[in-house]
Amino acid sequence: MPPESQTEKVLRELYGIVLRRVASGASLLCPVDMVTAFLKLCHAQSCGKCVPCRIGLGQLIAMLEDVLNGNATNATVALIENTARSIYASADCAIGFGAAEMVLNGLKGFREDYIAHIKDKQCSVQCEQGAPCMSLCPAGVEIPGYIALIAEERYADAIRLIRRDNPFPTVCGYVCEHPCEAKCRRHILDDAVNIRGLKRFAADNAGYVPPPEKYPETGKRVAVIGAGPAGLTAAYYLALMGHSVEVFEKREQLGGMLRYGIPRYRLPSDKLDNDIRAILDTGIKVRTGIEVGRDVGLDMLREEYDAIFISIGAHTDKKLKIPGTEGPDVLPAIEMLRGLGAGVHKDFTGKTVNVIGGGNVAMDAARSAMRLGARRVNIVYRRRQQDMTALPEEVEGAIAEGCDLITLCAPHSIERNAEGNIKALWVQPQLAGPIVDGRPLPIDAAEPRHRIPCDLIIVAIGQAIESENFGKARIPLDRDAICAGGDSSVLDHPGIFAGGDCVTGPATVIKAIAAGKVAAANIDEYLGFHHPIKADVDIPAPGMIKTEAWGRANMVEREAAVRKQDFEMIEEPLSGEAACLEASRCLRCDHYGYGTYWADRRRKW
Amino acid sequence: MVSKNDTGKIINVTIDGRPVKVPEGTTILHAAQSVGVFLPTLCYLKEVNDIGACRVCVVEVEGYGRLVTSCNTAVKEGMVIHTNSPQARETRRVNVELILSQHDTQCASCVRSGNCVLQTVANDLGIIYNNYKKDVPKGNWNKSFPLIRHESKCIKCMRCIQYCNNVQNIGVWDSINSGGRTTVGVSGGRSISESDCSLCGQCITHCPVGALRVRDDTDRVFEALADPDRITVVQIAPAVRVAWGETLGLNREFANVKRLVAAFRKMGFDYVFDTTFSADLTIMEEGSEFVRILTGKDKRRRPLFTSCCPGWVRFVKSHYPDMVDQLSTAKSPQQMFGAVAKTYLAELLQVDPSKIFCVSVMPCVAKKSECDLPTMRDDNGMPDVDCVLTTREIDRMIKAEHILPTQLEEEEFDDFAGIGSGAGVIFGAAGGVMEAALRSVYYLITGENPTVEAFSDVRGRNGWREATYFIKGDPIRVAVVSGLGNARKLIEALRTGEVQYDFVEVMSCPGGCAGGGGQPITPGQEKALERGESLYGIDRASSLRFSHENPEVRQMYEYYSDKPMMERVQHKLHTDHSRWHMPLSPNHK
Repeated sequence: MPPESQTEKVLRELYGIVLRRVASGASLLCPVDMVTAFLKLCHAQSCGKCVPCRIGLGQLIAMLEDVLNGNATNATVALIENTARSIYASADCAIGFGAAEMVLNGLKGFREDYIAHIKDKQCSVQCEQGAPCMSLCPAGVEIPGYIALIAEERYADAIRLIRRDNPFPTVCGYVCEHPCEAKCRRHILDDAVNIRGLKRFAADNAGYVPPPEKYPETGKRVAVIGAGPAGLTAAYYLALMGHSVEVFEKREQLGGMLRYGIPRYRLPSDKLDNDIRAILDTGIKVRTGIEVGRDVGLDMLREEYDAIFISIGAHTDKKLKIPGTEGPDVLPAIEMLRGLGAGVHKDFTGKTVNVIGGGNVAMDAARSAMRLGARRVNIVYRRRQQDMTALPEEVEGAIAEGCDLITLCAPHSIERNAEGNIKALWVQPQLAGPIVDGRPLPIDAAEPRHRIPCDLIIVAIGQAIESENFGKARIPLDRDAICAGGDSSVLDHPGIFAGGDCVTGPATVIKAIAAGKVAAANIDEYLGFHHPIKADVDIPAPGMIKTEAWGRANMVEREAAVRKQDFEMIEEPLSGEAACLEASRCLRCDHYGYGTYWADRRRKW
Repeated sequence: MVSKNDTGKIINVTIDGRPVKVPEGTTILHAAQSVGVFLPTLCYLKEVNDIGACRVCVVEVEGYGRLVTSCNTAVKEGMVIHTNSPQARETRRVNVELILSQHDTQCASCVRSGNCVLQTVANDLGIIYNNYKKDVPKGNWNKSFPLIRHESKCIKCMRCIQYCNNVQNIGVWDSINSGGRTTVGVSGGRSISESDCSLCGQCITHCPVGALRVRDDTDRVFEALADPDRITVVQIAPAVRVAWGETLGLNREFANVKRLVAAFRKMGFDYVFDTTFSADLTIMEEGSEFVRILTGKDKRRRPLFTSCCPGWVRFVKSHYPDMVDQLSTAKSPQQMFGAVAKTYLAELLQVDPSKIFCVSVMPCVAKKSECDLPTMRDDNGMPDVDCVLTTREIDRMIKAEHILPTQLEEEEFDDFAGIGSGAGVIFGAAGGVMEAALRSVYYLITGENPTVEAFSDVRGRNGWREATYFIKGDPIRVAVVSGLGNARKLIEALRTGEVQYDFVEVMSCPGGCAGGGGQPITPGQEKALERGESLYGIDRASSLRFSHENPEVRQMYEYYSDKPMMERVQHKLHTDHSRWHMPLSPNHK
């Protein structure tokens, strides 16, 4: 191969820049404009041999420009569609037919926007170009603001600002899936800001930060059923709004999945307790060990309280439907994790464990099994590694700790010996099939089934919601999920609201927090109030921004061979020096770009 | 907004070689201004818009590779700033040329020529040619609506959006499209005529260029003046008299209302009257209405709201339709005058009312829509007021008529509707209607005059002021708001029971009509307060301070030999606000 020319080098770098820039693009922009822009890229990529690609793409671009400039008619759209179909049908290679397919998909996906450009001479999409991190955070936490506070070493103020939108700053500093980082504008220069790492740094260094002052008492009483992130969030804000809040929790301790689902090596108990303490310091009353529907009726609560929020989470497992699953050696993953949360450590010494599933719960179960002494842990998954829904770093962490991934294997049956003990999991090899919703469907391969020997099987193929008691109380259900509107109200049950995993099915912590926040606002309104929630924190004015490309500060993890022997925290915090540098990488999109314009519109809720 | 970290700390910076001390949180722009360095700005609007869109105010900061916008960057200790370094100068120039490449620079036929910020900035930078290809966007607009937007002139500074949203709290404008086609449009994909625009006109007076303007109706007036069969009658609103000379290069003392009367006579108007006369009439009717509510004869919900501001009436109808019945039924002074002009005055002057062309000169955009309402016509559909001109339009007419304003001699208004009290004059300032009304309400209840300055507490700078007065021992709780954002705050507080009032004055424009959307524009300056002060000065100098003492008002009531609120007069001087359609606000629940 000849050495890379200067032009090739610059182009290669350009492709990298384009990739990063595209990744950081706002979720909502004029789709016709974006397709036109991509089409220009496709046209430039064309080798120019074939007519449909060389000329057709150029004609498509011209027609799309007409649409954008208000010079098109419905006939233009018809011609765009025809042309794209012909290019798709006759282009010689993917450069051409892939481009045409993109146009055809757009005509299907946002035809109304084409029509709007033609009829109203304007785009139908309402763009909101605020700070991308804030736009992507389900709870709308003011991320650039708290990063600026961290840069000034004002950690308690950072916590206060986070708590305006999210009463779990510590928990999220440890386990948030950080959707905020996905479109961080810093990607354009180098890489996303380590937002979660900075939040954890603030939480670790703020000390105890008491909750803000409450509004005067309203005399209204609200019952919250379930003390997970959604329930405690709603309880926290409702208490701040001046309502009297009582939380009913089935288990001994508060936290829901945060305590009974997430292993301690990812979220230490004292860190969780830290957030819960501040939440309870708003004066929320807590009644643990009470299951609504069994110990106390929903109807009775409805009579006694002015409003009710149901946030019972998704705490039961989806069953594996293959022969041989009966027996104590086939363990639902969430049951095992719940035991760990309650302090019950089973002994897996010397055992071989097969974990079935590819989500975060499967990784938690596998890594916990390793810590309980298992000799060998296999993670059996019917798709490929990159198709796993678990965060890539969780998968990598499991592998580093010695778990083996056995992919493209669908569970078929469980083999037991005469005594009834598990000998192996039989699996059917799979192939990656057609892509649906971004992931290939697994299809049976022509290869014979084979056995994966083991002593124990942990099933992590999904969670279900224990909602029967609510169904009996005539709360509408969709399968096992509670039906609630976007404002979290339950249809035909005035005063009853629901949110979190029990409505959406298993989701992330930050989504549950956002659901609790939405519920609190709507319950407050239902009770006849409108208490704005603000943070009395002055956000530092942005200074000059560091625009030189600079490496992202990542957290390091304890050595795999050591950490897999205990349940102590895996991840080391950022050092003060690293946190300071990292905070200075923030581009302050709340100010620069369209930031100021949008930021002032959302500093309270 | 840049956070005002008001720690009281003093920051030392160097601007163009001069040491500067300013409080922490000060922007580079203001720090520079404090030492007499005036940077050009275009999109920046103090306390309303500091999004840094035009990149014209950029400066160089030592040690930082790129330029920074001075309007929204706070100074930091030790900063060394060069406002006019070669890089700053060149970049500023490029950015202005880029703006000009998309701007319809037909300055010769633009209403803002002479006080256009872009024109000034480009001229000051010495831009006499443009390197860029001209690419001026086109747009569609309903040219019959009183508020007109030219896409070809919009520079996307977003001031209009920010003002409407953050100050007036309506949100008629929004940023639409994305990428290179980003521009300003009516929010929610509506057309302007089906929107909840109050027509306050503040977006016009805060537009740096000619992208937003009021519908020009001067042609219709010139036509009427040229028609020998038409009898042209003009009324001059209170707030016009303290503003009309501003853009004609006259000082406020010289440019008084008597010289404006002379200008209109020169233009050929047959009769020149004073809206202050009908303001006194409004006080009599509205005051009587309030007394009826106070004494329980009228059982309507309190507070009673003034209704002389048509922008406010539009706002109530679109945002709080359930409160429309709390508006005073008394017509505004403009419409009372119109009603009187084509009946009472026609009789006195012995002319055919259908021949009268009734013009009003207003500091206001919404008045153009008010005179067009179906409820502001006689039984045959003839409008009471035929045409409304803004202060800016009459300034243009004065120029078009080659009238040398400096040569104007003072002249008096015509009889029968030419006398107005000082109370009528202060209608033009926020709080003035309330003060004028209370002076006469006191009289109507007690039969005696109060001391003239008894109710002056409602004056002042705050957008929301309140006071409680005792008349015959009974408390009267009043409030005055100006700016629709403040009006919304007050209404929300009323609705939650946080506040209780008996009588509330609302003016759409901050500072009242003195700061109206039809007033002359001086970029970067808010003149409502100083104009208002002048109105109070006219009141103080007036020998007539009470509406109920206006001899011409008394004469009119005697002519009809009826008391206020009696049926005959009521029909002409009152209106039913529910009898015309106003689009609801999209936020209305």
